[in-house]
Amino acid sequence: MAKMTLEELRRLRDKKQNELQKRDIEGKDSRIIIGMGTCGIAAGAKPVLDAFLEVLEEKHIDNVSVTQTGCMGLCYVEPTIEVIVPGMPDVIYGKVDAATARKIVEQHIIGKQLVTDHMFDRPAADIIKKDGGK
Amino acid sequence: MHICVGDFLLDIVQNSFEAESSQVELVVQETSNILYCSVQDNGKGMDAETQRRVLDPFYTDGIKHKKRKVGLGLPFLYQATDACEGTFNLESEVGKGTRVVFSFNLEHLDAPPIGDLTSVFVALLSHPLSRSLVIQRSVESEKGSGMYTLDKDELQDILGPMDTSGTLSLLRQYIASQEEDVLQLRSVIALHMQIDSPQSKQQEM
Repeated sequence: MAKMTLEELRRLRDKKQNELQKRDIEGKDSRIIIGMGTCGIAAGAKPVLDAFLEVLEEKHIDNVSVTQTGCMGLCYVEPTIEVIVPGMPDVIYGKVDAATARKIVEQHIIGKQLVTDHMFDRPAADIIKKDGGK
Repeated sequence: MHICVGDFLLDIVQNSFEAESSQVELVVQETSNILYCSVQDNGKGMDAETQRRVLDPFYTDGIKHKKRKVGLGLPFLYQATDACEGTFNLESEVGKGTRVVFSFNLEHLDAPPIGDLTSVFVALLSHPLSRSLVIQRSVESEKGSGMYTLDKDELQDILGPMDTSGTLSLLRQYIASQEEDVLQLRSVIALHMQIDSPQSKQQEM
């Protein structure tokens, strides 16, 4: 790969946006939130982020929001991620590795089915504020 | 524990984001035997007492997680630099910001692998709490020297918000091409030299 210039990046961006307008948008309004606290990083959250981006790129899904957050309180099952897909319950997955990331994209985001063997429910009790912090 | 230098960078730069900084600068300079890093922010800073305590893994300000008693980011980093006879220095002033400068002795057997910096930079630039971030990366060896700069404002101007898979893939592609370009200059590690002069206690045993 030759060193890309900012101008080339701009052209690629424009090309991608044109393609987007022509396609049915898969993954729109879906969100993947990766726990990137010290505990997450130590357990391998970075390769998980890489894996999500790689699988989504491979499947040409450009519209999933991929963001990071700190520790979700489930340090014992890191790396943890939250997946939010319209029409489905919000789920926190734990012990996620690159292979699980692929499974989550294929089964949860595309297939609309939960990946039950990695579900770890909601954030731990000591992180949740009483009455939602009000 | 963190494995790569990249893991430490990801962790430490997030401290700057969380300290309400509007400007963060990360420098990663690699020579054939030293990896020098610096993280500077204009966030809220720390007083002398806090600076003294942050290297204690059982110290935390208790703001993020009220009932938890650990703060492992800086202690992990300090431990890793210490293990390979690198350097670590923390300077901070309340209201002005913090600067953490550290280096790894790459020739030391206990030096962590550098890891994939492309994905670290993607994660940092797209981090929801990062406002203005400038990353300067350089590699210098007997083969020559090369560097590149990533400026979040500039990249955001081209890509728009960096929060969807498509945009992040483009960002990744761009950074990977910059990183690949400087990595051509990385010198080949002479493993035979390390075997002649053991530096690690583990190896002596």
